[in-house]
Amino acid sequence: MFGTYLRRELVNRRKQTIIISIGMALAIGLVILVNSISAGVQGAQASVLQSVYGVGTDITISQAATAPTAGANPGQFAFGSGSGTTSGGTTTLNQSTLTITRTETVFDATALDTVKATSGVSAATGTLSLTNLTFNGQLPSQSQSGTGTGTGTGTEGGSGSAPAAGSAATGGADGAGGSSFDVNNFTVLGLDPSGASVGPLSAVTLASGRLLTAADVGTDNAVLDSSYATSASLATGGTIDIGGTTFTIVGTVSSSGSDSVTASNVYIPLDVAQTLSSNAGKISNIYVTAASSSSVDQVASALQTALPTATVSTQADLASTVSGSLSTASSLVSNLGTWLSVLVLAAAFLIAILFTISGVTRRTREFGTLKAVGWSNRRIVSQVAGESVVQGLIGGAIGIVVGLIGIIVVNIVAPTLSGSASATAAGTASGGGAAGGPGGGGFGAAARAVASTTVTLQAPVTFSIILIAVGLAVLGGLLAGAIGGWRAARLRPAEALRSVG
Amino acid sequence: MYELTNVTKTYNASKRKITALDSVTLSIADGQMVAIQGPTGGGKSTLLQMLGALDRPTSGEVRLGASMLSKLGDHKLAEIRAKEVGFVFQGFNLIPTLTALENVETALAPLPVSGAERRRRSAEALDSVGLAERYGHLPAELSGGQQQRVAIARALVKRPDVLLADEPTGALDEDTRDEIMELLEGFWRDQGLTLIIVTHDSAVARRAERRLHIKGGKVTEVEAPAPAQVG
Repeated sequence: MFGTYLRRELVNRRKQTIIISIGMALAIGLVILVNSISAGVQGAQASVLQSVYGVGTDITISQAATAPTAGANPGQFAFGSGSGTTSGGTTTLNQSTLTITRTETVFDATALDTVKATSGVSAATGTLSLTNLTFNGQLPSQSQSGTGTGTGTGTEGGSGSAPAAGSAATGGADGAGGSSFDVNNFTVLGLDPSGASVGPLSAVTLASGRLLTAADVGTDNAVLDSSYATSASLATGGTIDIGGTTFTIVGTVSSSGSDSVTASNVYIPLDVAQTLSSNAGKISNIYVTAASSSSVDQVASALQTALPTATVSTQADLASTVSGSLSTASSLVSNLGTWLSVLVLAAAFLIAILFTISGVTRRTREFGTLKAVGWSNRRIVSQVAGESVVQGLIGGAIGIVVGLIGIIVVNIVAPTLSGSASATAAGTASGGGAAGGPGGGGFGAAARAVASTTVTLQAPVTFSIILIAVGLAVLGGLLAGAIGGWRAARLRPAEALRSVG
Repeated sequence: MYELTNVTKTYNASKRKITALDSVTLSIADGQMVAIQGPTGGGKSTLLQMLGALDRPTSGEVRLGASMLSKLGDHKLAEIRAKEVGFVFQGFNLIPTLTALENVETALAPLPVSGAERRRRSAEALDSVGLAERYGHLPAELSGGQQQRVAIARALVKRPDVLLADEPTGALDEDTRDEIMELLEGFWRDQGLTLIIVTHDSAVARRAERRLHIKGGKVTEVEAPAPAQVG
């Protein structure tokens, strides 16, 4: 009887069934879509973060920057009187310094042991973030000033119109013409060649050559970011000057993300980086993988306790560093999307409840009659609730279809979002006042750890989203049914039939 | 066997207290056919609700056979209605979305009867009111007389001891009224029912073996032909 009555009610009161179901379907479809897009945006954020922090990095540890001590001036070039080679009145200078990246602060590598000893840490690796500055150019000798031959090698110099003798005796190098120099910088990351499972190099694709291996410890071998290698006209098998040492380029890597650069321009073994930059036993960052994704927060707080002066960041903290249209999408989904879902869901529930109540009121006489023929309150309440739940489920089923269509549309349209994440507040290294004059060369591209990635938004469909939708449908139906049923149960049969007598 | 002792029922209606039944003492023997008449608002419907286990009196006792209706809870009253009392209403009160057969089945739903048995008995009941060809019709597809026949089948399918009819012919034309009354009288005679009919219609009331008049909540026996009724 329950089933027959229920079916008859739903079929013969089609209008009410359709309105409630459509309201529920729209709401649930929207919830599915928003949930899915939200998961997609999170995935996109993770992919941007991966290009900076590497796959599997749950936590990063760094040290807050401190003011430099007096006299310290990282990246300063120091040219002695004997520096360079002078020939033909022109001094050729070539110096390269390898220093800690400005915004980074080094700390003792023993912190890595502390991290590894912390419970819940599955893997950890330390890196040293450096900037290499190269000064490369020619300067006319001071003593030659004023006696220029008029055929200076400088491109700025006026050929054949040499200044009168003595007039430029106090003039600067550039004033004399003939100066040409280039200040170039690139980022260098010292890392443990054997620890590629965590850290920046875990998120890269090998473009040519090979990656650094355990055998590279202590060797002057380097791996280059392929974008940087291209822009600097370097290739596998060639050499690169880092901090005055010539390194062999053993391979190039590109980011796993689309058109993105990797975390650093150049990668070298950690121990070599420490020696070259005079930072023996020091590191600037630690990358940590937690044993389980659910324990990340616990591990992070344990690490913070173990290393009180360090800055411990989790992926969730890092997600907030993602900027660009991805971050707009993220806030759009989390704010507008969520509120819209809540609003539409509330409206759908309200529609279902109001329709059920009005249905019960309209059917007062019907329920009164059923009570008169001996139906108990429980039987009537379950009948009303049953109708509402089925309406909710029909709405839920249509809603899942609507949601899936929405997801398919999103995936077909595949909107692209660009996001950038800065691992550190990457300062553009300046050349310590060395750059000056019209002949000054341009700075090399400093792309330290600012990964700008274009991500195609893919809205995934997960079982849990479908489960949530079905749960909401049942909840909406139960809510409407409970309220409607309560109304029906409160009807006194005598009152329900009063209109009759 | 109905036994009503000093039954009073009052309602509170916007500060005013309405006494629908005023110390009614009454007994109705099993198998009697009783007509209840009286002006609108006189207490007819309230009395029927007391007899039908739809409501409890404010004071006094209502007994049906061994059951003290005035003392039972809602659940027990529903059980009594399901087993012992059949109702027929003026407006037929069929469930509009259910077919004739399914409407009859609703009366058996609260009883421990299998689905097949329920359908068989319902079909029999419809056959007995002359609607063998109308099982699958919705109420809207039936005439007033046919709808009332379905309602009678629904009231009788559980084989009750008592059939309470509230203006059963009030919405029908004269010919149909007579058909319905003959049908009810037939069941009353054949099944030994106690048949209690509330009616405005003296022609209907005259068919009863006992007539009660209720006015101002007081019940009186009518010995002679009924007084002229308005409406």
